[in-house]
Amino acid sequence: MSDNKLTAEVAETKPAPPSRWNVALNEILSGSIIISILSVVLALVVGAILIVLVDPKVATASGYFFARPLDTLGSMWDSASGAYSSLFQGAIYNFRRPDFASGIRPFTETLNFAAPLIVAGLGVALAFRVGLFNIGGRGQMLIAAACAGYVGFAFDLPPVLHLVVAIAAGLAGGALWGGIVGLLKARTGAHEVIVTIMLNYVAFYLVSYMLRTPGLLQAPGSNNPKTAPINPNAILPDLLGTTYNLNFGLIIVIALTVLVWWILSRSSLGFQFRAVGENPNAARVAGIRVDRMYIYAMLLSGGLVGMAGIIQVLGTVPSGFSSGIDAGIGFDAITVALLGRARPWGVFFAGLLFGAFKAGGFAMQAAEGIPIDIVLVVQSLIVLFIAAPPLVRALFRLPTPLGEHKPVSLRKPKLKAVAR
Amino acid sequence: MSVTTTNSNNASSAASGANSPSQVIVREKEAIRSWKAPISFAVFAALGVVLFWILGRDAVSNFRLSTDTDVIQLASVDLPTQLTGIVISLALILITAYSFWLSVVKRPTPIWVVTVYGVLFMVGFLTWAGAGESILVPGLLLGAVGLSIPLIFGAMGGIISERVGVVNIAIEGQLLAGAFVSAVVASVTGNAYLGLIAAMAAGMLVSFVLATFSIKYLVDQVIVGVVLNVLVLGLTSFFYSSILTENSSLLNSPPRFDRIEIPLLSQIPIVGPVLFRQTLIVYLMYIIVAVVAYALVKTKWGLRLRSVGEHPQAADTVGINVYMTRFWNVSLAGAIAGIGGAYFTLGSVGSFQKDMTAGAGFIALAAVIFGRWDPIRALLAALLFGFATNLQSVLAIIGSPVPSEFMLMLPYVVTIIAVAGFVGKVRGPAASGKPYIKG
Amino acid sequence: MASLPASFLGPYAQVSNSFFAPRHTQSRLRPMKLELRGITKRFGTLTANDHIDLVVQPGEIHALLGENGAGKSTLMNVLYGLYQADEGQILLDDVVQYFSGPGDAMLAGIGMVHQHFMLIPVFTVAENVMLGHESTTFGGRLNLAAARDKVRTISARFGFDVDPDALVGDLPVGIQQRVEIIKALSLDAQVLIFDEPTAVLTPQETDELMAIMRQLREAGTAIVFITHKLREVREVADKITVIRLGAVVGEADPAATNEELATMMVGREVELTVHKAPAKPGAASFVVQNLTVLDAHGNRVVNNVSFEVHIGEILCIAGVQGNGQTELAEAIMGLEPHTQGVIELNGESLRGRSVRHILDEGVGYVPEDRSHDGLVGEFTIAENLMLDRANGAPFVKAGSLQLKHLAEFATITSKEFDIRSQGILSKASELSGGNQQKVVLARELSRELKFFLAAQPTRGIDVGSIEFVHKRIVATRDAGVPVIVVSTELDEVTALADRIAVMYRGSIVGIVPGDTPRQVLGLMMAGEVPAEVVA
Repeated sequence: MSDNKLTAEVAETKPAPPSRWNVALNEILSGSIIISILSVVLALVVGAILIVLVDPKVATASGYFFARPLDTLGSMWDSASGAYSSLFQGAIYNFRRPDFASGIRPFTETLNFAAPLIVAGLGVALAFRVGLFNIGGRGQMLIAAACAGYVGFAFDLPPVLHLVVAIAAGLAGGALWGGIVGLLKARTGAHEVIVTIMLNYVAFYLVSYMLRTPGLLQAPGSNNPKTAPINPNAILPDLLGTTYNLNFGLIIVIALTVLVWWILSRSSLGFQFRAVGENPNAARVAGIRVDRMYIYAMLLSGGLVGMAGIIQVLGTVPSGFSSGIDAGIGFDAITVALLGRARPWGVFFAGLLFGAFKAGGFAMQAAEGIPIDIVLVVQSLIVLFIAAPPLVRALFRLPTPLGEHKPVSLRKPKLKAVAR
Repeated sequence: MSVTTTNSNNASSAASGANSPSQVIVREKEAIRSWKAPISFAVFAALGVVLFWILGRDAVSNFRLSTDTDVIQLASVDLPTQLTGIVISLALILITAYSFWLSVVKRPTPIWVVTVYGVLFMVGFLTWAGAGESILVPGLLLGAVGLSIPLIFGAMGGIISERVGVVNIAIEGQLLAGAFVSAVVASVTGNAYLGLIAAMAAGMLVSFVLATFSIKYLVDQVIVGVVLNVLVLGLTSFFYSSILTENSSLLNSPPRFDRIEIPLLSQIPIVGPVLFRQTLIVYLMYIIVAVVAYALVKTKWGLRLRSVGEHPQAADTVGINVYMTRFWNVSLAGAIAGIGGAYFTLGSVGSFQKDMTAGAGFIALAAVIFGRWDPIRALLAALLFGFATNLQSVLAIIGSPVPSEFMLMLPYVVTIIAVAGFVGKVRGPAASGKPYIKG
Repeated sequence: MASLPASFLGPYAQVSNSFFAPRHTQSRLRPMKLELRGITKRFGTLTANDHIDLVVQPGEIHALLGENGAGKSTLMNVLYGLYQADEGQILLDDVVQYFSGPGDAMLAGIGMVHQHFMLIPVFTVAENVMLGHESTTFGGRLNLAAARDKVRTISARFGFDVDPDALVGDLPVGIQQRVEIIKALSLDAQVLIFDEPTAVLTPQETDELMAIMRQLREAGTAIVFITHKLREVREVADKITVIRLGAVVGEADPAATNEELATMMVGREVELTVHKAPAKPGAASFVVQNLTVLDAHGNRVVNNVSFEVHIGEILCIAGVQGNGQTELAEAIMGLEPHTQGVIELNGESLRGRSVRHILDEGVGYVPEDRSHDGLVGEFTIAENLMLDRANGAPFVKAGSLQLKHLAEFATITSKEFDIRSQGILSKASELSGGNQQKVVLARELSRELKFFLAAQPTRGIDVGSIEFVHKRIVATRDAGVPVIVVSTELDEVTALADRIAVMYRGSIVGIVPGDTPRQVLGLMMAGEVPAEVVA
């Protein structure tokens, strides 16, 4: 996973440059863009099949399939197209609205769903590039949400400052929860996959406990495991007025995407991250402090994932939250990072796509009665297909590029001994 | 860790070894001091002193050892809460001191000391938590075994899969698929046995995907596992919401397995009713654990399986088909985990619910690691985790002094401590997680 | 379930007709002739083997001589069924064979002693020997007793002393190789391939191995001996086939001189000696005293070692692989956690410091395993050249990479170090071994050095690159830098060294002048201290 950006930049200083075109052409020929598109198409087709399967109208029509086969096919088509059209209208543009301003509202919903997905995906992707698999998104989000939320409703600070402090508290919480993983990995060699999975549950029960304990997170005078509403001073401001749900979180997310891109491809820290991710042994021999890189990477990763939790509590649901605040984003982030191939801008667009699925999925559930869980199925299928280009190529009868027999692996062999 | 030099006789050993180079060499060894065990002990001892002694409660804790239906009735035991707490705290301190001494003289703390320590701490904790209350010990254990069953099946699946070299994060998915399919098939056919077989097939199907993607397409095994969990969760939830809820009498009301009482054995005090008044699935579990534990070490199947998980290239050079060995054993692992899934619907709950495994697969994974990829140890780990979970609900009923969430956290915290190496060196199969590419 | 596994658990489980009798009861004691006809094997655009013909008669030791990367191992992997040839045939006693995997080759009577032992460290000797053709009793239970007997029988035949119940991981490499031989012979192999078998052996063990090979030859076994070591070929081979760039160059006479063989192997006149002026040693600037290193299990892998290196001299650390040289080098670089004793450069202590600090003190390091420890394969040449300067001048300013500066530097350095590639943006993993090594060398030597440590600097690279690396090492010495070269190749040691320290089981047996005779060094590598050295 070396960075093409660097490749392109250095190329300019050469007399006869292989040029960005070659790089782009190569990318297309090796098929990763085509594979990505085809994977999405394939997953949507499988989704359509599932939708058709469970549609009672199709079942009814198939009862007299031999009498009137076209009825069955017609109702199948109605079922699938109806579902995807409501998905589209719920995610991009609603044609039933009179004017553009209200027609485009679904797209702002998409952006709203996408913001936490992107930033959490960035966190997971950054860890990937350092050779770490952060499955701990849920825990990091919960802790960050708890920290940001607590500051948000319990403190009383002036505008702007309150928001900044709440965000900082959340970032610290997420970074801490991720940093524990980095620290354990660096000092004891504990496998981050196991530790992050386990910390998800620890965070869940910890936050659950705090949510039902008065004086911690529980709203005063309430018996429900839910917090008080966030103080207005700590709420992320609306971007496009009150008509739309879109909040300032999106701007933060765009800024963070640029920042992560800069870190990974332009900074010394990112160079060291990538070196450790590709070959921790060589990095260590070359004087890069692998254990510190693990800790830094997990701090950053946890902070970024935590940012998703912050956007949730300070932007999406400022009316107070319960232990389901992570809304599965921690796991979705993994699929976002994989779809985006752990590249910052790839993650950005993958997050947009999955945000659209989410926004559209709810619309689809409301309009067509199709359970939102179909979105989970489609997302996971996309990732499975993307991870196995030979499968997609075989299905679409595409040629195999030369020299393609490398495993899709984001993790590298373990370091001999980092602990000192 | 610190290192000190002991007496060295390297000159003589080098000289004597030189004359007979083909002799088996005993390498000079030096112990490396590890403070992990005593430090862990000290932490828990301090906790014990604070809880059982300083925060000790002046009451009597009652332990009932028999239920009314037992053939052999045992008298219940009364322990003075505070005195027991003090005695146990002192014992914990003594063991901690012993462990420190062992570390000073560079000897490892033996496993039986850890076991004794753990049991003592648990007795102390139960006594403290049950102050002024009565705890029904067989009930506590029965619930613990019940909660452990799916964990044990999941762990056996995890062990087989990982020992053959494929990391199995998808245990959760295999359990969930098994639970879903067994509920539907058993409901439709009205036959729990068919449901059980269908559960095995479902777990195997998840394994096929895991195996195909990780072995054929060389996709990172952890990624496949994680994504498969999401996929199975999505699929089962989708079908549950769209079909099962509307036709629950037809599709989601499976018959359950009856309890089978084994004569004589079920009349043993305390453990009899817990272990031998169970459903078919539980007896199946005993058999599978025994067979896996034996066959992994003693049979050709086990030898080949382990060779592929340790050094696939070496296995390949002696004519073992690495891909097929991995494929079929991962499938077998899925089938076993699938039985664990069936236990949810055919053994305990009685119908399928959305996301009903609720992370059991991850606890099973924890049991695999905590049990160091060994069937018997993993069995014990799963029982421990089941015990902790059940203890939480028992304590919630009698009014626990510890928030139930902290009890629920225990398996996860214990696992983190285990993988961080405080419980001894955890070494998995050497080639686990690595795709095998010929040449 | 108990009896299911063997038959149920997959097609790999070969069906056994009898529960009690071990398989392969009939032994193939009849000697066989091996013939390869026109074997061609391609990997993508690279032709690793190009129409290779080879005939090995029973009772013949046939050496396959060639440089690193000439295609010897590929050929043998084809023969052993690990690869399938794109063209050509394998014949045993004039019968064409089809091997779909090593299992087929083994059943046909071909055995292989692998360069990297194909043994499972956590298994016992008996388990390793039986793996793949296990005899079982009822219910698939392993018949370990039979396997132990087999190990003992074969051991007795060759005078080995191998405990069937020892864990292979606990055995020294010399013994492990014997386990490999037992494993190969346990199926009565009549064609035996030895792939670079002497790399891990002392000269004495090498002699013993040659004796074993001769013994096998007497029994009629056809032996293929793969090597790039001229001396061994001339000593033991009946016939020599030389291959270069994947094709057979011709047959050579075992009576040929080293120079003749080397010329055939490389395709041009080769300088077998390194030209260097006599050393002019200055002050002792690098000092190691009473250095001990423990591994993770507490084994003393480096045992109380002391030496010093002077300005302007090359100290070679000789010894058979696995006698503590690796750990010694890594301890000097701050890569070993359990280290005690003194390591000083110009009076400055290096022990216990971080790798970063040690590099900043002016230490240059070429690790012995370049793809594992030296390079990031997915990084470009340029990125690899800045790997050890990732967090400071000259390629980083205020936390930001200076890509233009890096590109200029990489272009100049590639030229200076003769790194042959598609350009500085080629991935390191796409380079040949020799060019990869030049990248590592370029990176280290382009810093201001006060001490240079090169571990196995020419392992697995072509002769041209070897010459280049040797020249640069001597040039570094002549520039007034103290140099340590760790090498298991006695030829390299005698060519480069001004002084030689021989390691055996973690200790330094003795430090002798660079012109010490090979026989003396050989004895020292086996742990003996010859009288003339003591005196």
